[in-house]
Amino acid sequence: MKSDQAGLYIHIPFCLSKCGYCSFYSIESLNLIPEYIVTLKKEIEYYRNVFSSFDTIYLGGGTPSLLSIGQLETIFKAINKSYNIDPHAEITMEVNPGDVSLEYFHALLLLGINRLNIGIQSFDDNILKFLGRRHNSEESISAINDSRKAGFDNIGIDLIYGIHGQNISLWKKTILQALSYAPEHISCYQLSLETGTPLYKKYALQNIKLPAEKEQLKFFHTTTDELEKAGYIHYEVSNFARQDKFKSRHNQKYWEHVPYLGLGPAAHSFLGNRRWWNTSAVKTYLKEIAQDKMPVENTETLSVEQLKLEALFLGLRTKAGIDLKRYKISYGVDLLVDKKTIIDALIKNKFVELKDGFLRPTRTGMAVADSLALI
Amino acid sequence: MENIRNFSIIAHIDHGKSTLADRLIQFTGVCNERNFQDQILDNMDIERERGITIKSNAISLPYHSHDGKDYILNLIDTPGHVDFSYEVSRSLASCEGVLLLIDAAQGVQAQTLANLYLATEHNLEIIPIINKIDLPSADIDRVLEEIDSELGLDPDTHIKCSAKEGIGIEEILEAIVERIPPPKGSSENPLAALIFDAHYDSFRGTIIHCRVFEGTVKSGDIIRFMYNNTTYKVEEVGHFLLKREKREKLSAGEVGYIIAGVKTVADVRTGDTITLQEKPCSQPLPGFKEVKPVVFASIYPIASDDYQDLADSLEKYKLNDASFIFEKDSSVALGQGFRCGFLGLLHLDIVQERLEREYDLSIILSVPSVRYRFTLKDNKVIYVDNPSHYPDPAEIAKGEEPYIRAAMMLPERYLGAVMKLCMDKRGTNSTMNYTGPGRVELSYEMPLAEVIFDFYDRFKSVTQGYGSFDYDIIDYRESNLVLMDILVNSEKVDALSQIVHHDRARSRALLACDRLKEEIPRQMFKIAIQGAVGTEIIARSTISAFRKDVTAKCYGGDISRKRKLLEKQKAGKKRMKMIGSVSIPQSAFLAVLKSDTD
Repeated sequence: MKSDQAGLYIHIPFCLSKCGYCSFYSIESLNLIPEYIVTLKKEIEYYRNVFSSFDTIYLGGGTPSLLSIGQLETIFKAINKSYNIDPHAEITMEVNPGDVSLEYFHALLLLGINRLNIGIQSFDDNILKFLGRRHNSEESISAINDSRKAGFDNIGIDLIYGIHGQNISLWKKTILQALSYAPEHISCYQLSLETGTPLYKKYALQNIKLPAEKEQLKFFHTTTDELEKAGYIHYEVSNFARQDKFKSRHNQKYWEHVPYLGLGPAAHSFLGNRRWWNTSAVKTYLKEIAQDKMPVENTETLSVEQLKLEALFLGLRTKAGIDLKRYKISYGVDLLVDKKTIIDALIKNKFVELKDGFLRPTRTGMAVADSLALI
Repeated sequence: MENIRNFSIIAHIDHGKSTLADRLIQFTGVCNERNFQDQILDNMDIERERGITIKSNAISLPYHSHDGKDYILNLIDTPGHVDFSYEVSRSLASCEGVLLLIDAAQGVQAQTLANLYLATEHNLEIIPIINKIDLPSADIDRVLEEIDSELGLDPDTHIKCSAKEGIGIEEILEAIVERIPPPKGSSENPLAALIFDAHYDSFRGTIIHCRVFEGTVKSGDIIRFMYNNTTYKVEEVGHFLLKREKREKLSAGEVGYIIAGVKTVADVRTGDTITLQEKPCSQPLPGFKEVKPVVFASIYPIASDDYQDLADSLEKYKLNDASFIFEKDSSVALGQGFRCGFLGLLHLDIVQERLEREYDLSIILSVPSVRYRFTLKDNKVIYVDNPSHYPDPAEIAKGEEPYIRAAMMLPERYLGAVMKLCMDKRGTNSTMNYTGPGRVELSYEMPLAEVIFDFYDRFKSVTQGYGSFDYDIIDYRESNLVLMDILVNSEKVDALSQIVHHDRARSRALLACDRLKEEIPRQMFKIAIQGAVGTEIIARSTISAFRKDVTAKCYGGDISRKRKLLEKQKAGKKRMKMIGSVSIPQSAFLAVLKSDTD
């Protein structure tokens, strides 16, 4: 079920400890959480006249599962007070396996959260340690089991591949174990080293290299092969859903230029042809809102050229591809006419295919979606 | 006339010529600290950046000497690169003396010697100046010995200076007054003025730089260029100070400018003689030579929409560079462009850089070529400087290529390496001279094409920068020539074709394939690069395609950053030329000329 209703993202910028690979914004000063909830409540109200309703809500981080049920309740109350939430809204929360319990999951369900994204990353304790995760595989397994017991029927799990010390067969084992829990959604991210992260430094210091391109491609194909074999749909570069209805409705909004509102430090929002984002420093965020100011760090108004480029690189990340009719209506040019020579060559070489009015990447094409976007 | 001195500074590159000129200008008070910009005579950014003077320049310095009299010292700056040696000779012909500048640490170098020969040819008074005496590595005794043994000059006549520190400047000015003879000639004689340069001024047209040897010229005069007998009416004459300063007349002995409604610098020939239409001199001043380009390459706009802009820019550029020539050309691979002639590779580099920098153009340069001579079976003789005009091989009776005589100076310890390099470059008829203890002057006859192909870089590398090099074109010699083509994904890229010696074809093709493999970025598709002579493939390389480059995560907060990155890549791609489905960067076209220097 697709909707052009907007999505709401809430960022919870707190972590007990930072994971080695993570470049998302978060801090470890948990004592700021109460003040943060009060401030966030205020920011939620800021946009009452800009957005009216949402049909997806996504609580990401950071570590949203560090929040108490009471704190979460405050947030949801504020949301419901200011906006209409679609009765069938997809409401996702990211959880860390180490933080959760059966009771906590029960309470989340009661808050209306109907989808979980569990940060498993790996079922191998050595790899978890290497990544700097604070949970172990046992906690991962009980988190999955508890969520099911509590009654969650839409859970996603995150996994990472291409990690030092992880060969293809070890990765395959991880996938198979994940499949044994029949999650509705699996995200498989290739490890990337973001500058400034502890893992980046670790790799540099120990002179460890990421897998070569050929190896990366092997990981990529193995992942898709295994998950497709199990009936999953590879609907975006790193994302797999057991059925169409289990695709992340919220994340799809990012790839389809559907409006979204991002609240909390560093969160990005998009509406029409404008994108704006909040300051990433929690302290600045708190201070600005305390002074009744917008904590917005920057706004950009996208030109048609920029929107077109985004439509290309976002669309080509997804199995659905680019909706050619919508592209033509939005930007006034027929992509197939505009880039005929190169698209013909790409079709001939099986990077993309035309189907039902969509220009969609093949699996080979998806692996080079960033280059494809430069046509 | 007794109070005029005309002089030039000659030096090997980087021995401090421009810095010394600056100090002389400062000392004589032509400009004060406030409007002083380092290296005043090097007007262009490129000149300043590369430390090479490209165009000649002149400035008149007023000087009150210790003898109590006032003098006008005319400094005529000369270009400092072998590509521009004719311009140097005309500047020297306008002087009575030179300051021969020698770096106290580096000593006598090839161009020091080449310049000295030129100065001697013109019977100039030579004042040896040892510069950079403040350097810790200065070895003045050695330099003095070299002045004696290698230059054959009296070392007692030298002056020590540090242009950078301002040491010895006054002594130099006094020596100019005392030792350089005043000009001869009479302002009563018929006018004879030597053109040593010209530049274009968008308000006044061509500004002719000249030295008057005989007679007088003033505004209103009808002058005649003796080379092509064109006449013009003089609008203004004057001297060069920091700016042009109008004078009533220019008389024998003086250096200055003439403005006479000449449209472009191409209408003026450096080395030509100006006389008066009514009372002409009996014969032109000696030494005129028409400079001809020796290196040719085609220039194409990266975006074909820019063709007209390129045409306009070349016209404009040409206004100020008479030695640059161009005509329309077209390439199957690169579309409409221009075939251009240059004095050498440095000249080519400069033109390319100025077109990009001053005219904001993105251009592609084809592989440079020399001008070959072919005698066809019907005895017709044709000259070919563009590989795409290579004649049908079945029709060729004889192919010939231009040869040069290379003059090199180097420390003896590099002799073996340099000789090997010259042999590699098909050098013959070598001669060798010991010019001093441990120093060798080496001469070889070599095909010009081999010199264009990466000779400078390798020469500098094997001599670790201690060798210096100069050349003259001598003649055409018979050579077994073939046309070597490059194919990218089976498509011939004519701008990458080269005319090469038969024995070189394979190695050059391999090298071109390797270089292109390095220069052409990986793309969506596999790219095959092939070198071919006729239908025979003689070399190949392959660029593998991208296989995985997509980022793992792309959510709300990643999109803008990702887009900015792609925008940047896209801009980079705009500077590449699409040939078939392959984007070839600008750099690839020149890179095929560079071999491994290690």
